[in-house]
Amino acid sequence: MTTTEEHRTEEHPREQRKSKISRVVVRFAGDSGDGMQLTGDRFTASSALFGNDLSTFPDFPAEIRAPSGTLAGVSAFQVQIADLDVTTPGDVPNVLVAMNPAALKANVGVLEKGATLVVNADAFDERSLAKAGYGSNPLSDGSLAAFTVYEVPMTSITQEVCKDAGVKPRDAERSKNFFALGLVSWLYTRPVEPTIDWIEKRFADKPLVLEANARAFRAGYHFGETAELFEASYEVGPAQFPPGEYTQISGNQALAWGLIAASKLSGLPLFLGSYPITPASDILHELSRRKEFGVRTFQAEDEIAGIGSAIGAAFGGSLGVTTTSGPGVDLKSEAIGLAVNLELPLVVVDVQRGGPSTGLPTKAEQADLLHAMYGRHGEAPVPIVAARTPSHCFDAAIEAVRIAVKYRTPVLLLSDGYLANGAEPWRLPDVDLLEPIDPAFATAPNHVDADGTPVFWPYLRDPETLARPWAPPGIPGLEHRVGGLEKADGSGSVSYDPANHERMVRLRAAKIDGIARDIPPVEVDDEAGDAELLVLGWGSTYGAIVAAVRRARARGHRVAHAHLVHLHPFPENLGEVLARYRRVLVPEMNLGQLSRLVRAEYLVDARSLSKVQGVPFRAREIEAAIDAELGGPA
Amino acid sequence: MTTTAVPATTRKDWASDQEVRWCPGCGDYSILAAVQMLLPELGVRRENTVFLSGIGCAARFPYYMSTYGMHSIHGRAPAIATGLATTRPDLDVWVVTGDGDALSIGGNHLIHALRRNVRMTILMFNNQIYGLTKGQYSPTSELAKVTKSTPFGSLDTPFNPVSLALGAEASFVARTHDMDRQHMQEMFRRAHEHEGAAFVEIYQNCNVFNDAAFEKITGREARSAMLVPLVHGEPIRFGKELEKGVVQRPDGRLEVVDVADVGEDALLVHDEEREDPGLAFALSRLSRGPYEPTPIGVFRAVRRPEYGASMAEQLADAQERRGVGDLKALLRSGATWTVG
Repeated sequence: MTTTEEHRTEEHPREQRKSKISRVVVRFAGDSGDGMQLTGDRFTASSALFGNDLSTFPDFPAEIRAPSGTLAGVSAFQVQIADLDVTTPGDVPNVLVAMNPAALKANVGVLEKGATLVVNADAFDERSLAKAGYGSNPLSDGSLAAFTVYEVPMTSITQEVCKDAGVKPRDAERSKNFFALGLVSWLYTRPVEPTIDWIEKRFADKPLVLEANARAFRAGYHFGETAELFEASYEVGPAQFPPGEYTQISGNQALAWGLIAASKLSGLPLFLGSYPITPASDILHELSRRKEFGVRTFQAEDEIAGIGSAIGAAFGGSLGVTTTSGPGVDLKSEAIGLAVNLELPLVVVDVQRGGPSTGLPTKAEQADLLHAMYGRHGEAPVPIVAARTPSHCFDAAIEAVRIAVKYRTPVLLLSDGYLANGAEPWRLPDVDLLEPIDPAFATAPNHVDADGTPVFWPYLRDPETLARPWAPPGIPGLEHRVGGLEKADGSGSVSYDPANHERMVRLRAAKIDGIARDIPPVEVDDEAGDAELLVLGWGSTYGAIVAAVRRARARGHRVAHAHLVHLHPFPENLGEVLARYRRVLVPEMNLGQLSRLVRAEYLVDARSLSKVQGVPFRAREIEAAIDAELGGPA
Repeated sequence: MTTTAVPATTRKDWASDQEVRWCPGCGDYSILAAVQMLLPELGVRRENTVFLSGIGCAARFPYYMSTYGMHSIHGRAPAIATGLATTRPDLDVWVVTGDGDALSIGGNHLIHALRRNVRMTILMFNNQIYGLTKGQYSPTSELAKVTKSTPFGSLDTPFNPVSLALGAEASFVARTHDMDRQHMQEMFRRAHEHEGAAFVEIYQNCNVFNDAAFEKITGREARSAMLVPLVHGEPIRFGKELEKGVVQRPDGRLEVVDVADVGEDALLVHDEEREDPGLAFALSRLSRGPYEPTPIGVFRAVRRPEYGASMAEQLADAQERRGVGDLKALLRSGATWTVG
């Protein structure tokens, strides 16, 4: 079943009625300055409170304010709300709200026949049409015949309702996004109160703006009710969620909270050294608000100082973290190598974006996997953990800290722009049940020298984990020097001995490889156990793969899905899992990086499905690849 | 942390068991000795002392100290020190660096550590040459210097490290040289006492790649005529008979004069606590290089909030206003709803 089919309703002309639908995909699109992210975010919040399952996809340009009215300046927010479990923001919108001709033009191409278009008719003047590159007005030239189009003069109504509140027309115009929100809220039977409450809180110190937004929102809502333009409104019922307390969360927020949780679980004060970079900055913003948790955030002079300060904090016994995106990882690479040699706990968060170089700062890509894996000189292995949904960023952050602390190693934690800004409902974990993390600081000498004196050997390893002792300054007798030069096994003195170097290279590799014994086996979703094809994924492709596999199964295909959280080392059972399937398909937002790794490691013919457009996979694209692997639609 | 009295130590207690591997005759030896001999006098503990460095000859320093230490990567020591000093206010953090490490590859970190006023004592060994990479010109090498990488002479105008530090809002800036242990120790002691980032430039002889670079001013015979000691609250005078002095001209320019010509009262009185760094900057420009009378001593020592302390204050304020962070409450800080 596709979403458009579900969205279809019986026809009841002249009479407004409520139709129950199972899910809907709404895309709000407008100029960068039109407040589309806010509109989408509010629609999402009231849907979450209503009890829908949902998934969002904010899609905005890198420019803060690209020239207004142009295609380059279009900012969009897509959300799928449903009364059932959804894992993606939807392949194709059922409803497109277009605030100007450019927003229409940039998004109309993906709509399917029968889709609903709600446009701000006021914005379709000659100048705006020309700016968007329209030769004729699409509202009148018949080019939108395949869609149900609602032309609503959003700007003028908003200005009208704000008039006697003393709001100038120019200022009132800015509230038109709340009109659109009101209208769509009516169309999908969203509760009014949460949005009004939010407006009142958010604009409490700007009474005129508050009044204009509230009036615009109500006007939009009432317009739907009374304009007799719409044949029906729709109701998307609450989804069946497991019992519990829920909140709506984005990936960056979940990641920040995960770091705070890990700080509590380990008793290590959190230090974040970071340099602002899209799309990672919100982690810095969130953590800098949480000083009551003893979180120190340091906005460094550059990416290198960001990680350098985190290493210094880790040396001193704090939980050192640095957050960045791809270009920042490039700059931090030398310092990550230092941390590999120092063998100190450190978490490096890479919120991946389109590359190379500055690339697509606000768009998502998964093309830093091999960089995380190999992007350092020398043999410098680093564990890699990847989050797969916005809320999973919380767990992934804790896991990254657990590995970093236990194995005294830098860990690369991969997120991406899609997870960072995307939101979903999250069942709050019982924090009392989270596993504590033991920093296990060294407290006493661990060796005896030739004349019987107790001494501290900073590179004397734990025989099981191969981790070295962590001895922050302050304890007499444990004074020691670490550094980037090769260390003598055990004593940690500088050593140029050839055999020692090889031993240390192998020890560092064995330490990281050994983590495989300490992570859960990869789970395979293969209900019947008879699948012919395994879809292997990692990171933010999770939702699209789950949706695609469900659909393919519903059509009779035998497909399994496994999703990796640990990319280095791989879970111990991965080789055995891969061997069970005749075919393996690896969808990735890169040119085939995980597929390359599993091919090299396990000698399996893993096929790569690539997409590098800065936008996430649509489930149907993966579904089509499944069909192709299994010989056409089942 | 313990409150018992600091145990008495000697120089030997501060030396590690590692063999010192600088070239024989290197100025680094005398700096190491000055530090190791000073520390027992400072009433500090070995376990609360950390030496951090980047890359270069000077950067080997931490290996020779029996304290905690880190020999890190090129130019990054001030950044690493920032993370350590702000999270561990109980520690004494020393940064040992060179002219290439601090002013070239690590220039950005140095200036930002200084402007933030993070509590660290920065000892910058200036030998005006790259030693560890065997003799290329450095950011403090004089113009037209002929080295392996500049066979036709260098084209780069050098940095004046004291001017640079003052321009970077440093709250403590001093200069000393490797031929005078007593002066070094006095500068290091003052720098260590300073609440914030303290920058000490040390003229240091690299006898292999840039021998006698400072000989004209630090040589035993030359010193009295060529080094201009800065003493807080005192007229700036030098020379064997203190016959020379520094005056400020009406246009603001500083000039070396014969005291006999102008009278003692006309001399500039040194004020290291002066809020405006203009005069300290002018003093740093008094000589164009180590061949003219050159001021040594403390150029500037002013009180400014220390970065780590300010950061800790913000945390304490937040905890006082909101209580110690509660994870359960954090997870419920947005809108929540209950199912079932």
